[in-house]
Amino acid sequence: MQHIEVNHVSLVYDTPGGKVPGVDDVSFTMAPSEFLCLVGPSGCGKTTLLNIIAGFLSPVAGEIRIGGNAVNGYGQDRGIVFQDFAQLFPWRTALGNVTFGLEMKGVAKAEREAIALEQLKLVKLDKFAHSYPHHLSGGMQQRVAIARALAYNPAVLLMDEPFAALDALTRDDMQRLLADVWRETRKTVIYVTHNVAEAVFLADRVIVMTPHPGRVKAEVRISLPRPRDPLSVEFLEYQKALLRHLSEPSRADAQ
Amino acid sequence: MTPATVRTRSAGRAAVTIIGALAIYEVVARAGIFPAALLPTIPAVVKTLWTMLADGTMVKHAMSTLLRVLFGFSLAAALGLPLGILMARFRPVEQFFMPLVSVLMPIPSLAWVPVFILWFGLGNTTTVLVVFYAATFPMLLNTWSGVRSVNPLWLRAASAMGASGQSLFWKVIIPGASPFIITGLRQAFLRSWVAVVGAEIIAASAWGLGWVIFDAKEFLNADIMMASLAVIGIIGFFFERVVFGTAERATILKWGMVRAARG
Repeated sequence: MQHIEVNHVSLVYDTPGGKVPGVDDVSFTMAPSEFLCLVGPSGCGKTTLLNIIAGFLSPVAGEIRIGGNAVNGYGQDRGIVFQDFAQLFPWRTALGNVTFGLEMKGVAKAEREAIALEQLKLVKLDKFAHSYPHHLSGGMQQRVAIARALAYNPAVLLMDEPFAALDALTRDDMQRLLADVWRETRKTVIYVTHNVAEAVFLADRVIVMTPHPGRVKAEVRISLPRPRDPLSVEFLEYQKALLRHLSEPSRADAQ
Repeated sequence: MTPATVRTRSAGRAAVTIIGALAIYEVVARAGIFPAALLPTIPAVVKTLWTMLADGTMVKHAMSTLLRVLFGFSLAAALGLPLGILMARFRPVEQFFMPLVSVLMPIPSLAWVPVFILWFGLGNTTTVLVVFYAATFPMLLNTWSGVRSVNPLWLRAASAMGASGQSLFWKVIIPGASPFIITGLRQAFLRSWVAVVGAEIIAASAWGLGWVIFDAKEFLNADIMMASLAVIGIIGFFFERVVFGTAERATILKWGMVRAARG
């Protein structure tokens, strides 16, 4: 059975300059526990598509099904991690942030703190459970955000360029950590990025999108054993293949 | 530096400023440029203050003023905070109240004193109403801005985690708006403190720090005026630095939502 089905989804933005197509007739499906990367230049609609799947935006056409149910607004079946470090609640400690979703579910205090501490351990931040976000580095804040999105045990994890604002070295660490977390939790992940190497490192499958309007240009399955070696020849071949897709004019332009 | 040493240091600096200002006053008072009855020396003021504290009159004056402020301030909080929140959350409420706020806000609270005296006579009702008038707008406007400036990312993240209605309001919007709300309360207190003394000068009968200053004028008791002014300043300082300072350190400073000045 497919876990996520995206069927002919389109979205049009109403701007002062008129209607601008954001996403145009996008379809794909995902198996349970699959790691999918959406790659494309800015304006290709990848974040818009993620926001539709998250339930923040409603498509003008098409539908999204998760576990067979049509998506209609937010739901605790999806965890979300944004790019901006400011997504954490500054008035709550790392632990307080991670317990939030469980608190909303009505889980008792002792239990939700135990679960949250487990999640912080998963992202190697259990020592900082009682720190406030402004005392944590950007990478640590993003790890708290990942723990927070996982804590209430959603089946799907949606990530919108979570490491794009980090320095290159921290980003490499984060990618390895995320690969480990994914291996342990087996979530179905949709990960938006414009970084081709990141996509090849993390994904089972990469969907390349092109802008104006946002469309699926190509799908590439990454059949490399994990953990992946970013310096191997095969890894670089995949990167080249993706870059080729990104630099080619889209079919619409060629016609 | 630990927070404690930082605080000791800032207290030390505050002391230097105040002692310096007092020294300049004392030099001018002793220079004999003005008659001693009009510009009493600090020892004379302290002596009068001590006498008034010892016989309990100063405490009673201060308590009368403080109670009027706390009463008017609480009324203002009961109206200004919820209305500010509602105006920020619901457009029709905003559209209905905003013109009224814009018209009433620029009117100085003291300009209402004669009107209130006509309606309610001299005494507590008038002074409390003036405080209420002075305190409401800073609270309302700051709360309104605070709720509107809550980071939309917090709302999205919280909604995605299942927050809605009450939980979204109490656990995200209110703490998210807290830097503005605390600033609003702080400004409102200062405005009330200023307004109450003015209102008492005109409208109080027999008790209150403003009243005692005005009453002392009749008998040329500059030492009583100065002593009362000092008490007004000290109580204001206490609320500004100790009460609101502590509230800030325990919340928005601790959370890093506002930052302390450097050095």
